[in-house]
Amino acid sequence: MQAVNYARATDVDDAVRLLIEGGENARVLAGGTDLIVQARERKRNVDLLVDVKHVEEFMVLEFDTNTGLKVGAATPLYQVYGDNNVKINYPAIVDASTVIGGKAIQGRASLGGNLGNSSPAGDSLPAMIVLGGVATLAGPNGRREVPVGEFFTGPGRNILETGELIVYISFPPVGAGEGAAWERFIPRNEMDIAVASAGAWVKIEGGSVTDARIALGAVAATPLVANDAAEALIGRPLTDESISAAGDAASEIASPITDMRGSIKQRKHLAKVLTERTIRMAADRIR
Amino acid sequence: MVATEKPQYKIIGTRPRRPDGVDKVTGRAQYGADIKLEGLLYGAVLRSPHAHALIKSIDTSKAEALNGVHAVITNADLVGSGQTFQPTTAEAIESGTYWQALEPGKASPRWAAENILAGPKVLYHGHAVAAVAADDVHIAQDALELIDVEYEILPHVVDVQDAMVDGAPILHPQLRTGVRAAGVDTRSDIETNLASHMRLESGDIEKGFAAADLTIEREFTSSQFHQGYLEPQNATAFWSHDGRINIWTSTQGSFMARDATADVLGVPVASVKVTPMEIGGGFGGKIPIYLEPMAAVLSKKSSRPVKMWMDREAVFQATGPTASSYSKVKIGVTNDGKITAAECLFAMGAGGFPGSPVGAGVQCALAPYKIDNQVIDGLDVVLNTPKTAAYRAPGAPATEYAVESVMDEIAEQLDMDPIDLRLVNVAEEGVRNSSGTPWPKIGAKEVLEAMKSHPHYLSEIQGEDVGRGIAIGFWFNGGMESSSSARVNKDGSIALILGSVDIGGSRASISMQLAETLGVTYEQIAPQVTDTDSVGYTAVTGGSRTTFAGGWVAYELGQTIKAEMISRAAKIWDISGDEITYTDEGTVVGPDDAEGNKRVFSFNELAGKLQATGGLIAVSASSSHTTQGAAYGGHIVDLKVDRDTGKTEILRYTAVQDVGTAIHPDYVEGQIQGGIAQGVGMALNEEYYYDSDGHLMNGSFLDYRVPVANDLPMLDVEMVEVPNPGHPFGVRGVGEVPIVPPQPTIRNAVYDAIGVRFYHTPMSPRRVLDELL
Repeated sequence: MQAVNYARATDVDDAVRLLIEGGENARVLAGGTDLIVQARERKRNVDLLVDVKHVEEFMVLEFDTNTGLKVGAATPLYQVYGDNNVKINYPAIVDASTVIGGKAIQGRASLGGNLGNSSPAGDSLPAMIVLGGVATLAGPNGRREVPVGEFFTGPGRNILETGELIVYISFPPVGAGEGAAWERFIPRNEMDIAVASAGAWVKIEGGSVTDARIALGAVAATPLVANDAAEALIGRPLTDESISAAGDAASEIASPITDMRGSIKQRKHLAKVLTERTIRMAADRIR
Repeated sequence: MVATEKPQYKIIGTRPRRPDGVDKVTGRAQYGADIKLEGLLYGAVLRSPHAHALIKSIDTSKAEALNGVHAVITNADLVGSGQTFQPTTAEAIESGTYWQALEPGKASPRWAAENILAGPKVLYHGHAVAAVAADDVHIAQDALELIDVEYEILPHVVDVQDAMVDGAPILHPQLRTGVRAAGVDTRSDIETNLASHMRLESGDIEKGFAAADLTIEREFTSSQFHQGYLEPQNATAFWSHDGRINIWTSTQGSFMARDATADVLGVPVASVKVTPMEIGGGFGGKIPIYLEPMAAVLSKKSSRPVKMWMDREAVFQATGPTASSYSKVKIGVTNDGKITAAECLFAMGAGGFPGSPVGAGVQCALAPYKIDNQVIDGLDVVLNTPKTAAYRAPGAPATEYAVESVMDEIAEQLDMDPIDLRLVNVAEEGVRNSSGTPWPKIGAKEVLEAMKSHPHYLSEIQGEDVGRGIAIGFWFNGGMESSSSARVNKDGSIALILGSVDIGGSRASISMQLAETLGVTYEQIAPQVTDTDSVGYTAVTGGSRTTFAGGWVAYELGQTIKAEMISRAAKIWDISGDEITYTDEGTVVGPDDAEGNKRVFSFNELAGKLQATGGLIAVSASSSHTTQGAAYGGHIVDLKVDRDTGKTEILRYTAVQDVGTAIHPDYVEGQIQGGIAQGVGMALNEEYYYDSDGHLMNGSFLDYRVPVANDLPMLDVEMVEVPNPGHPFGVRGVGEVPIVPPQPTIRNAVYDAIGVRFYHTPMSPRRVLDELL
């Protein structure tokens, strides 16, 4: 890592301006838990760090039973998972954010950072997808909203344009009959990147699944929205058969690689195992 | 603790606080990274992006021209520092002169030098090619990007079996197999990666198998495992204008580092002084030198002190690991479980240069058992992987894993309790080992008996996919030379100067043995580890030898001090020393005087009179006893396998080990628990993962998966004490045995849990799923 310029944004527009002026080697600094490491290891050229942690909108954590949850792009994870409203209403976020790094990392790392880093294995990403997370982006042409599931374009790549950055992520309010969960598989009990992960959200009304969302991590070039797996659940009671069918559908769409963290065969199998486990956990959490 | 024939000790067996403990937990202990010197430069190393390539040219001119860069070196600068050998050239390799000075299987300074900085070839991904010293580490790293190296990429081989087949890529065209066995038909006149072939043989193997009712033959492989010490390698060197080379480093042996550095640089040993800093783990991996000669030559070129340290990726790429292995083990038994014959072949990957630990592995393989008819072959194979270093019981985990796995299958087929099968064959005093030497008093049987009666083994196991396994392990333990000196001060406090680097509590354990010898308190001894100019020659802290050999020296120092104290009392009392006794309580007692008054000095009282009776006492001792005691350990595990994910959870773990005498039981338990943790890592997750180009893909603690604290339950330790008759306090050495049994113990338990026999370690979740799906 060489000497870099540092700028503290005073508001959202200032951050956009700094990013445009800084050009392609300007990066948004939230917790820095990915960015600083990448720069130190010379895996990413950084000329300018644009620190957004001193702008309130990037650091919000708001919950309203009618409008849902709003999490600033740089709000640290420990605040998110430590929040009572999050614990009660969005336990899938807690599932994922409590296993990202250790305590020290969780004091810095953020959902927005996980999103911006766009790793296919990013732990919070499938959880955000199944919870219906929508990212609000700000850029030179103003603001736009993008569902988390449509944010990624490849490993480490996403739809952010030059000068554009994530401001916050919103989650819809939680209704009756809804539950969600996230789980990953790692060979150890800590300190690993997911070999595979899955998130599930189900809505059960009158004994039947009326809506569902399934998402997968680390089994493709981007986090995957597993619509076929969700379809296998919708319109019928939740049974061992429907859960197994959802697991099979998840495994079917998984297109993983073999690398030092896992094999194709292992990851396709885990896509099914974790999908089934998270569906059951999600159903158990319905209040 | 189970103990036999053990005397009553005052200090030995207690658990006093270690002298280095508080400084370490409060961050005040001085490690290599803490070194700061006036004018200090910082080094960085350019490493090979290829597994195997010829270096066509290296152009360092742009790097040298960078502002802030003070020196750039390559292998030519390293070997040009002294006169012992010339730089290796492509012509030298072609003409064969390159290999002429080499003895088979023995490391030469040239090999060491070419591992430190590549010669005509890079032999593994991450092999060091050039080094830079600059005003700060960032400039040094920038300079690395300005060094132009032209490579001609060669085919590579990273698997030990692949390296032995005809047509395999050849690492060293002039290498010929060193055959160290009679009757072996290995060809020693062709290009090969087989650096040496050794054989141990006794009895009549054909007759033995003919007498067997059951014969089982199995093949096994194991991955490379890294020592995984927390502190990366580091070295700071200052080569002064008068030719003195001062080195501060993290090493397991300051004298070994000094001698090896002098060998590589071609300078007199006396011109090098090594100051060992506190060490953050080694496990054998900090026996070789890497950065010391580089820092020294960079210092010589720049006339400034130079500090270097490795990042974690370099540690994984270019230091350590133990050998990968291929094993074939065939054992014949009678129906009542008596082994009639054993035939074993062990091939180990040495890395880029010859010298895997296969020799030690061969000698350990069958050491727990009495086997009259046996043949063991060992092959040392070069590969495009980092040059292997010692790792805790080097060679033994792989060979004993194969043998103990076959033993488990025999026990199953004979429907015998696996401990009973081992008791039928257990080695005892007088039985000849694989090298033909009769065992002295050993504790293998006592360990097996303690396992069999242990509450863990007697407990019921319950649950789906839960299993239990056992295995036993052996290691020689080392002797070798150690030196210390001691000074008795006027208040009775004693400065104890040690040559042994303290990795696992040896300052405490050696002080305790001196205190026991003298009958003084542990607290009045002030131990310190010193540099190579300030104490006699001391071999590495390794081989489980330090408490054994250091204890011998402490005992001998104590005897000398006692004799000196008696002679001083004789002078004061004006009587013959023969009339004076040094008691176990540390008092010096003479006969009553003419008036009937008692003649007695406490140790501290007499110390106060030393200056007036000839001066304070300063004594030194060096010794190298070869009476070290071999040790055995047996492990029991309960575990559960998740059939959905392939993940294995350790539920309960017990280690029973013959520790000789436990000098400081806390540290003995800690050594055993640490060995188990590393062995569990080998069994379940640790491995070197190469891509198809021979690139190491998991050179980080994120992806090289050592167990983390919550992967392990409390590791229970049952110490069996069968004192070593070759040591004044019965010390055997404890650090290495515990890494040997975990792989077969866990492998045998996984079979019990899910009915699948594994023939490769690690049994990672991926591999378990491969078997189950």
